Amino acid sequence: MSLYTRLLGDLTGRGLAALAGFVVLLVALPSLVSSYIATVATIVLYLAFLGQAWNLMLGIAGLLSIGHALFVGIGAYASAYLFAIHGVPPLLGVLAGVAIAVAAGALIGYLGFRFAIGGVYFALLTIAFAEFTRIMVDHAKFLGGTEGLFLPVSAASRHGFDLLNLRGSPEMFYYLILALALAALALCRWLLTGRTGYYWRAIRDNPAAAQALGVDVFRYRMYAAMISAGMAAVGGVFYAFFYNNLFPEQVFGIERSIELTLAPIVGGVGTLFGPIFGAFVLTPLGELFTAGVEWLQTSGAIGRHVKVDGVKPLFWGIAVAAIVLLRPRGIWPWICDRLGLVKPPSERS
Amino acid sequence: MDVETLANALVAGILTGMVYGLSALGLSVIFGVIRIVNFAHGELLVIGMFAALVLFRWLGLDPLLSVPLVAALLFVFGYLLQSLVIRRVAHLADHMQFLLLAAIAIAMVSGCLIVFGPDPQGVQLDYALDSFAVGLLVIDKTRLYAAIAAVLVAGLLLAFFKYATVGRAIRACADNYLGAQVVGLNVGRLYALTFGIGSACIGAAGCIILLLVDVHPYLAPGYTLLAFIVVIIGGMGSLFGALLGGVLIGVAEAMAAVVIQPSLKTAFSFALLIVVLLLRPQGLLGKAPH
Repeated sequence: MSLYTRLLGDLTGRGLAALAGFVVLLVALPSLVSSYIATVATIVLYLAFLGQAWNLMLGIAGLLSIGHALFVGIGAYASAYLFAIHGVPPLLGVLAGVAIAVAAGALIGYLGFRFAIGGVYFALLTIAFAEFTRIMVDHAKFLGGTEGLFLPVSAASRHGFDLLNLRGSPEMFYYLILALALAALALCRWLLTGRTGYYWRAIRDNPAAAQALGVDVFRYRMYAAMISAGMAAVGGVFYAFFYNNLFPEQVFGIERSIELTLAPIVGGVGTLFGPIFGAFVLTPLGELFTAGVEWLQTSGAIGRHVKVDGVKPLFWGIAVAAIVLLRPRGIWPWICDRLGLVKPPSERS
Repeated sequence: MDVETLANALVAGILTGMVYGLSALGLSVIFGVIRIVNFAHGELLVIGMFAALVLFRWLGLDPLLSVPLVAALLFVFGYLLQSLVIRRVAHLADHMQFLLLAAIAIAMVSGCLIVFGPDPQGVQLDYALDSFAVGLLVIDKTRLYAAIAAVLVAGLLLAFFKYATVGRAIRACADNYLGAQVVGLNVGRLYALTFGIGSACIGAAGCIILLLVDVHPYLAPGYTLLAFIVVIIGGMGSLFGALLGGVLIGVAEAMAAVVIQPSLKTAFSFALLIVVLLLRPQGLLGKAPH
């Protein structure tokens, strides 16, 4: 099967056109919109990238992780520590971060699969590891502890384009995360259309039957956990160099783990474009609520004394709950069917 | 480190652990019967704490006396939550239920934030600083009263499930869903009652915890995780297990705070959780899966 068929073969002509239009729009975006919207788009793509990594584990291999902030945090802290303290460029730091995260993914996977911890219990195991690590980093003096770890920033570095050291303008970070998100999409698609992907789906849908057919269930689950962890760590490196500061609570906290599951679940677990679509729905939705609340305040509809901090997440929580209740498969599969972007199974080569 | 410090930490740990146990009981009841992992547990607890705070400010009601009122309030809330919302996702996969409850949790925390603001607030009771001296031990009055109240409520709940007809019907649903339907039990209504009872239990725990801790919205995720640890260690669905797990975690945290470092006590609990998950995933008192 050619690479083209593997990556794009399922799409109808309309689907191909939509994908091409979407990519062109994203590439042109920074020159079309304000820097505020470009920053929001950067965050959207970051969450889309992490959602892709997380989705590999749940949607494809059937393993629910609510501790993925652990792998993101490992990537962030490893690369930031090496850069800020030892001057190692992130291009090398990312290797260290990914290596440690893959090892952590392998450890959690090994324990979970060997001891046959399934479903909700596996999720709790991942939370426990993430929280344990958070408290350990809180006490790690060499990582800054609760006072945080900061990357050196200069005025010059904010306008540059230094990919080796990841010091540069917001546009550089935008294109970097765009490239990463598209690469993640292509990687997942490629894995999914190969032997590994078929094994993963067989394991997700019926582990016992997969085993009976000779699939090494343990080994392929380990692959899923390790690849997902490694991808999350790459996202973590981006996080560290984009924000330039790291605090254990902000990086490893359970809120982070929950946040990165939202886009893929809302978009559609197990679909490839769902995590991206979910991120493009959720983050702007939150920004919209913020703008709405500000507008209501300036127009005098609600008083200045109302604590606005809570209003956005309140509506946002209600919106997410409504999506779960109304579109339990996620929004993307529904839109995909409506617009006819994917060939029905009978027409696929 | 002398014996006196250790003994005092032990007693304080046992007393706090009983309150942890009561809170975890609410999680355990809901999971044991409805098989829903309540990710909004800590948020319900915080709502209970705020309710007790409001009653204290308006009526000067001691949080321990507001237990029945707050429990009733959260019973209604939990009953409605199950029968209007959660019932609709019962057939969905684990991660969809998790997301729904996480979203509800976010909305609840935000609601508290809008109404009460982010700062810690507590109650000032005239016996707050009193203590009993028993030999070497110095026992805080608030902690002792809190533990007694927790044990009373937990005892009431255990008696309800053992003797009351409705309680036994709920246990029947948990043991055999199909069988319960066959003998004519209204499982949907019993599930709603269960979620209500679980929430009432959490609300009672919230009132009691307000004696020991100042409340603010961001307490919630920490309490959710704490209850998970307690329930997993005791055994999901086992009521005595939740109480035992609570006491174990209370003691472990109090000891870790004295012997190692206070800020590391939670890490100790998570390490314990990992060990129990690996070696005895059904918990100390839970039944092994068939």
